[in-house]
Amino acid sequence: MSTISEFLTGEHHHCDDLFAAAEDDAAQKNWGKADDDFRRFRHSTETHFEVEENILFPAFENATGMTMGPTQVMRMEHGQMRDVFAQMADAIAKQDADEYLGLSETLLMLMQQHNLKEEQILYRMADQVLGNASDALIGDMKAMAEGA
Amino acid sequence: MLPAGLSFDQAPPIAVPFRFFLTAPLFLLAAAILLVAYGPEMLLSRHMPATLAATHLLTLGFTSMVMCGAMMQMLPVVAGAPVPAPRLVAWTVHLSLATGAAGVAASFLWGRPVLMHLGGGLAALGFGVFLAAAAWSLAHVRSRSPSVPAMGFSIASLAVTAALGLTLGIARQGGLDIPYVQFSLLHPMWGLYGWTALLVMGVAYQVVPMFQLTPNYPKAITTWLAGGLFLLLILRSAAEFTLLPPAVPGVALAAGAGVFAIATLRLQGRRKRKISDATLLFWRVGMGLLLAACLLWLAAALLPAEAAERARLLLGIAALPGFILAVINGMLYKIVPFLAWFHLQSRYVGKTAIPNMKQLQPDRPARGQMALYLAALALLAGAVFWPPLARLSGLLWLASALWLERNLLRALILYRRTVALATAKKSD
Ligand code: HEM
Repeated sequence: MSTISEFLTGEHHHCDDLFAAAEDDAAQKNWGKADDDFRRFRHSTETHFEVEENILFPAFENATGMTMGPTQVMRMEHGQMRDVFAQMADAIAKQDADEYLGLSETLLMLMQQHNLKEEQILYRMADQVLGNASDALIGDMKAMAEGA
Repeated sequence: MLPAGLSFDQAPPIAVPFRFFLTAPLFLLAAAILLVAYGPEMLLSRHMPATLAATHLLTLGFTSMVMCGAMMQMLPVVAGAPVPAPRLVAWTVHLSLATGAAGVAASFLWGRPVLMHLGGGLAALGFGVFLAAAAWSLAHVRSRSPSVPAMGFSIASLAVTAALGLTLGIARQGGLDIPYVQFSLLHPMWGLYGWTALLVMGVAYQVVPMFQLTPNYPKAITTWLAGGLFLLLILRSAAEFTLLPPAVPGVALAAGAGVFAIATLRLQGRRKRKISDATLLFWRVGMGLLLAACLLWLAAALLPAEAAERARLLLGIAALPGFILAVINGMLYKIVPFLAWFHLQSRYVGKTAIPNMKQLQPDRPARGQMALYLAALALLAGAVFWPPLARLSGLLWLASALWLERNLLRALILYRRTVALATAKKSD
């Protein structure tokens, strides 16, 4: 059985692949493909956020009693990233490559330092405190991700 | 086991890190001015007064300055452990390093013992406060980041470097009886290899995959390399005082740095992210220079005396104004705009349009500054063979330092302008 860490870290890597593809399209000003790839990236990433916010974070908060701790900061950073997604979609609509690349650079930094904190701290803590409940939780997360 | 009050609260006030990053290029500028003023004589030997002065303007004023500032910024993210009392620590470390660098450099130039005692003492104070804060943070680590062990070995090496530097400084004025020759060989090794290169490794384990979406470094490297090299530094030091042949740990140290450089270049070659930028180019140049330094290290060990001295001078150039400056210069172009953006976004989003990272730090002027840097470095290496090039090289270093400062200030100015807009709107 895989752990929460492995499952969610795998999702991060998948989102990274889609991010790189969309950025490359925009740099080449291949706008049709950029639009497709960006939509796939945004959809996967937003689904990943929802899976965390609706399944992982509440379970973590229940198990630890910490509602204003790390999960709160992670939710806030999800909000910051959603703002940048919206601006990136505008940049694609305007076919403005400079704007898109400036935003994707910004998003990458934000996203990577966020993922780092999740992968190296939060997910590990979740694996520890959720113990036996992990398998069921991963099942729920998979179902939600696939249904999206 | 859950630590109570685990806080992901990051990012101390922006003035805390910015003062490190914006004053550092001024020390680069000061070193360049020395090269213009003293010219060819600085390349006669590594022990010329002006050379030692420039070396410490670079190591204390530029590299250590940026590294301390950046580490206080990275520890909360990478280790999940904030630095205690960030304002007070930053204020003390910054002021002591700045005045310490100036004092030590001035003492080398003008030979005033009191300046060495004062400058060395101030720098040691700054390092002491930084070490205490960083060690506290690392002791409370909640993360298994591959960076953490390397950072630990790096700051331990800083303690050794500062202790050796301080005793050398005092002994130089005749106040202390130490094995001067051995210490003067070990101090730069602990400073450049231990403190600096090990920190670059620790940071690289995290940021090379992050910035360019490369695979992670091989586990064998992140687990063993920094610790192994630290052990080799100890063995190499012991060789100065025992029968241990210095060449054995010496060659292993060169090989270890080579492994790191090659691993980094290979990972960057396999990056998912296709577009490149000034930071990536600076890092690739830096890794190439690190490889050159490894070869020169071996050359210095094998060549006959006179050629070996020249190889050592080139080794110093490839290592400090080469590898180390390139990597740090490249990092500044990511750290400064990201911090500016992060602070604006956290505080003023929705109040005014927040400029993105490329608006805060456009790539074109950064690449231009890099070209100038490369020209300055090439001329400096050339001056080892043809000394009249030294002053010209100094002029290019001067221009490069000014351009770097200008580029970083652009981010600060845009930051201030955005804050002004956001707060003006609020009071409407
Ligand atoms: C407490 C602060 C420091 C003091 C008082 C100090 C003092 C000295 C002294 C007296 C020397 C001359 C040795 C000789 O006669 O050959 C020296 C050389 C040197 N130091 Fe420092 N140092 C300090 C910090 C550092 C740091 C942090 C670094 C590197 C990151 C560094 C790098 C070097 C280098 C590269 C040399 C040149 C050796 C050569 O040219 O052969 N120092 N230092």
